[in-house]
Amino acid sequence: MNEQLLHLRNAHLIDPKNGLDACLDLFIVDGRIAAIGQPPTGFAAERQIDAKGLIACPGLVDLSTRLGGIETELAAAVAGGVTSLACPPDTKPPLDEPGLVERLVRRSETLGLARVYPIGALTQQLAGEKLAEMNSLTRAGCIGFSQAKHPIVDTQLLLRAMQYAATFGYKVRLRPQDQFLAREGVAHDGEVASRLGLTGIPVSAETVAIATALQLAAQTNVRLHLSRLSSAAGVALIRTARHAGMPVSCDVSIHHLHLSEMDIGYFDSNARFDPPLRASSDRDALRVAVRDGLAAICSDHTPVDADGKQLPFAEALPGASGLELLLPLTLLWAKQAKLPLVLALARITCDPAAILGIEAGSLAIGSAADICLFDPDESWRVTPEALRSQGKNTPFLGYEVSGRTRMTLVGGRIVFEA
Amino acid sequence: MRNPQLNANGELTHLLSTEGLPREVINHILDTASSFLKVSHRDVKKVPLLRGKSVFNVFFENSTRTRTTFEIAAKRLSADVINLDVTRSSTAKGETLLDTVDNLVAMHADMFVVRHAASGAPHLIADHLRRLGRNDVHVVNAGDGRHAHPTQGLLDMYTIRHYKQDFNNLVVAIVGDILHSRVARSDIHALTTLGAAEVRAIGPQTLLPTAMDKMGLRVCHDLRTGLRDCDVVIMLRLQNERMNGALLPSAREYFHCYGLTPAMLALAKPDAIVMHPGPMNRGVEIDSDVADGPQAVILPQVTFGIAVRMAVMGILAGN
Repeated sequence: MNEQLLHLRNAHLIDPKNGLDACLDLFIVDGRIAAIGQPPTGFAAERQIDAKGLIACPGLVDLSTRLGGIETELAAAVAGGVTSLACPPDTKPPLDEPGLVERLVRRSETLGLARVYPIGALTQQLAGEKLAEMNSLTRAGCIGFSQAKHPIVDTQLLLRAMQYAATFGYKVRLRPQDQFLAREGVAHDGEVASRLGLTGIPVSAETVAIATALQLAAQTNVRLHLSRLSSAAGVALIRTARHAGMPVSCDVSIHHLHLSEMDIGYFDSNARFDPPLRASSDRDALRVAVRDGLAAICSDHTPVDADGKQLPFAEALPGASGLELLLPLTLLWAKQAKLPLVLALARITCDPAAILGIEAGSLAIGSAADICLFDPDESWRVTPEALRSQGKNTPFLGYEVSGRTRMTLVGGRIVFEA
Repeated sequence: MRNPQLNANGELTHLLSTEGLPREVINHILDTASSFLKVSHRDVKKVPLLRGKSVFNVFFENSTRTRTTFEIAAKRLSADVINLDVTRSSTAKGETLLDTVDNLVAMHADMFVVRHAASGAPHLIADHLRRLGRNDVHVVNAGDGRHAHPTQGLLDMYTIRHYKQDFNNLVVAIVGDILHSRVARSDIHALTTLGAAEVRAIGPQTLLPTAMDKMGLRVCHDLRTGLRDCDVVIMLRLQNERMNGALLPSAREYFHCYGLTPAMLALAKPDAIVMHPGPMNRGVEIDSDVADGPQAVILPQVTFGIAVRMAVMGILAGN
């Protein structure tokens, strides 16, 4: 039970879900947003927070965070303003047992930092051979099912998995990449890979997998989410499906929104991603998809230690630390694309919340007081020391970014304060 | 982003790739090689340029042939040469690439000649040395994955210059497995920098990288079209494992479509030269009549290779 009465004063409230974009006071009672503008009757604040010059938005919602060390990564999450996150099932061991899911949920609740929403394994051991106990896993706390980065090769089994999930109305998330076309690939099959002699992953690896997933989703009526789009052609397929009325959703990683194959430079292993960074024309199409609301933004947080990155490009582990850069890089995109903050912030708050089907990403009266309070203009340099995550691996090391979280509230409790 | 093989003064500090090497640097290497070529013809084939220096041949991938040419070059410069066959030692015990490098630096290596199966491995080593502040230790890429084999590229340029003098009006045809060839990439970048009029990439689509046009090449799938009126033919070795059906149906069919026979060579200019990085697969990519014929300059390439490698090591040691 949280008895705290909080008064957030003078903040610039931006709540994309409810179209709120104004300087108003916000009042929190018992962990929930009790009033905006005028205090509730008889309200006497136990703590006043002066937020002059700061923006308060719903706590960020991340569609995919690899936790690794759960304590440090959840601390990194709230330091980045992230209050809800989905954890993919490729943990060790994978999330295919209700007991493992319950333990993860309990552990994260004990820590009391960001809220963790496990994504269960679609198949046992993520092996793509036998269906996982989706119903039991849901009762244990899973909010959807995926194969993480292990595609189901057997299309009949994929069909069965979708049919079974659709029976109960569960959401299926897939990373669209045909494993044969992507075999041994480490970079976009294009100019840079050709020049550097890196094995390429063609765009068709993505489009073939998207086309397969869309066909099977149409047949089964499953709620499908496609994660980590990388190509213009992939975006086009999903746009067409949406126009045809399919309820498919998708996301783009914050890195793919900013970078292209050119950022590999001279074999920079921090620019090794799965799916790979593609051509600048692909990146431009991803930006349009996110601007239009076709895709949400995701941190795709993947901490990798130095040993996993200080290797020749093809041997280095893919992925980047993203939790603490989600907000500044979203702000950077908004600035570059000249988009209003209320639109940009939707892509990391209410949009992913709707995709996950969780109650988050809103400042509506009565909703849980999950809030990110940030200074949009405070600039900071991305250094290993500045990141709380164990993953210091990011292609943005050395960059100066704008936008720093000053305070994060989860259920009305201050879980981070700079 | 500064080219990692040049120091702040624009001088060569590592040789990692022919890509981004300024024309003056390439010409300086070729001119220096020319003077070393005379040394190789003397009775006493040594100069004292690298006396007291330790050159470590660090081969993470087997290649007796290439290693030997570097060894000969370093010895003719009076260096102490240490050959490490890392495929059999450290990595088998789980040591990482950079651990191995740190150990060799501690043994006072002055120069690493590195061969590695992964594209970019020599860049990683050079970047590591830069972070350690060891500007006095130089890296020579002796072949990394499919990426680069810059000394081979440079010796190819030496050979072309020797027989053709000027690059400006040259049409060069590169035939074969360009997708997996570090030699082809090194040749292409050097030829582009030296101003070759046209570089053609000839092969089936399964053996050509994508976006070749962005590298300034003319792609030909037909050998006849590709060879017509060219001045230089560079044949590439077809590795055995490419012929197992995944990329090509058979060696026999490959030879039928892309093998260099006297009849095919007749389509090129009468004075065209034929090059090959070796070792050759006679009857697969090249007919013996061509390989042993008057237009082949394959053995002179080997001789020039020693002089070019001497030049590279000599220049690096001086910078």
